[in-house]
Amino acid sequence: MDMAGASGGGIWGNQEAEARPLLSVRGVEKRYGTRIGCTGVSFDLWPGEVLGIVGESGSGKSTLLGCLSGQLRPDSGQVIFDTRDHGPIDTLSMSEAERRHLGRTDWAFVHQNPRDGLRLGVSAGGNVGERLMANGARHYGNIRATAADWLERVEIDPTRIDDRPRQFSGGMQQRLQIARNLVSGPRLAFMDEPTGGLDVSVQARLLDLLRGLVRDIGLSVVLVTHDLAVVRLLADRLMVMKGGHVIEAGLTDQVLDDPQHAYTQLLVSSVLQV
Amino acid sequence: MSDYNFAYLDEDTKRMIRRAILKGIAVPGYQVPFASREMPMPYGWGTGGVQVTAATLVPEDVLKVIDQGADDTTNAVSIRKFFQKTAAVAVTERTREATVIQTRHRVPEMPLTQDQILVYQVPIPEPMRFLEPRETETRRIHALADYGLMQVRLYEDIARHGEIATSYAYPVEVAGRYVMDPSPIPKFDNPKLDDCPAIQLFGAGREQRIYALPPFTRVRSLDFDDHPFVASKADHACAICGSTTSYLDEVITDDAGGRMFVCSDTDYCAEMAEGGA
Ligand SMILES: Nc1ncnc2c1ncn2[C@@H]1O[C@H](COP(=O)(O)OP(=O)(O)OP(=O)(O)O)[C@@H](O)[C@H]1O
Ligand SMILES: [Mg+2]
Repeated sequence: MDMAGASGGGIWGNQEAEARPLLSVRGVEKRYGTRIGCTGVSFDLWPGEVLGIVGESGSGKSTLLGCLSGQLRPDSGQVIFDTRDHGPIDTLSMSEAERRHLGRTDWAFVHQNPRDGLRLGVSAGGNVGERLMANGARHYGNIRATAADWLERVEIDPTRIDDRPRQFSGGMQQRLQIARNLVSGPRLAFMDEPTGGLDVSVQARLLDLLRGLVRDIGLSVVLVTHDLAVVRLLADRLMVMKGGHVIEAGLTDQVLDDPQHAYTQLLVSSVLQV
Repeated sequence: MSDYNFAYLDEDTKRMIRRAILKGIAVPGYQVPFASREMPMPYGWGTGGVQVTAATLVPEDVLKVIDQGADDTTNAVSIRKFFQKTAAVAVTERTREATVIQTRHRVPEMPLTQDQILVYQVPIPEPMRFLEPRETETRRIHALADYGLMQVRLYEDIARHGEIATSYAYPVEVAGRYVMDPSPIPKFDNPKLDDCPAIQLFGAGREQRIYALPPFTRVRSLDFDDHPFVASKADHACAICGSTTSYLDEVITDDAGGRMFVCSDTDYCAEMAEGGA
């Protein structure tokens, strides 16, 4: 019993913190001129939870992810993140400096194309070490040791620490991008089709790795994908989008096995036929 | 005397450049955009430095121009002649006599004073240019002092060469805020920028940027705890004046592989040889 630890929020302080969503999204809307990017999106993401977002091309998945991760500015709504130091804060009311700080500490963003998320002219070690240095690390030996450790965790031979990403296969590049993001110990990861450009056997290995990491770290993830097999494997809960709206949401197995909305039924059945 | 306005540039242009200089002094290390003018010489000749010098000179000034430490190279001679012709100012090769010193690639060995202005010619003002080509992004990095990328550059150096191999244009942090390219001076000169009594002005003509260090500004060379910055030079004494503390050039003396090390700062070397010792 740690009574001292309860000083901030009463005796149940700790429990309250755990019983609180990590991310609360309320009424997020983004328009491109008159066209709807996404609209009316609300949900809670809990610590350690993986939320899948599926939907056809153009349904607004990337737009929504951009709004959540601070890369796009929504026209309305709130994106409330439970910060380490100050509790829940609407990230849209933060300064750009504060948002970028979150982006290199407590958040991760994994792009579909690893080239968008890596520095191709910088060695694997430099890519992984960048966040550490951005967060003030100034001991070369320690930075390098941490980078080597993370390469190993994403199943890249640490002897390749000085190779450039260009010399890596697509699957290795994607794993490097993941290491580069997770090195700072984030609590929330945004992923846009992280297995998108890879062939099937490489995808399977990456999914396996992701699943292990998510479990080990207790990472919360918002995962955008076309691929229902990916959400089935990784996502605890699922949102289905169409035309910028969330048309169905629920536990992944429920939504996939017993879809309520006609569009979801179509989506699920078309996959089953493959 | 001549058909030129004093120091070649018209008064409006000089005023515009002075505004940029003052802004640069007010925000040490920040790259101030300015509308660089065509000068009657190619860009590689330091038109940025020339414009800053032109905007800085007054008729009472005594001008010294150095290139790689020497006053007698083509580049230095042409710029010196240019200002003799267009501003009729006195010129000197003596660091201690000069009030304005325009330089390329070196900082004089002789300590500078509060009565002097040092003008650097800058080819590429952005220290992150080769890591992050997007200017929108480098500007944001500067604005937010989000300088992890700069440290990555040094990390890469050590990873590849076992030490920080950058020996010219070694990046510095100015007054605890902006990261700045000190122009392609040898890193040996970096410590001279720190806490310097003279005003230091940096002009990039092609890139249209001016930045500055007011007197007595803290200038720290970036490094790692376990790979600290070292202001290195060739481990010799000057073959002419015997100095063991000044920056040396390696000079080939014959076709048989003969070589020697001499001071790069010719004025300093001459003074030492005359009787400094
Ligand atoms: N920059 C933009 N300018 C204008 N319209 C855009 C822009 N980006 C997206 N859109 C539009 O917003 C809607 C949602 O696009 P979004 O990229 O979010 O879809 P998506 O679900 O990620 O599609 P995909 O599966 O193909 O990646 C589409 O109608 C799209 O055309
Ligand atoms: Mg998309």
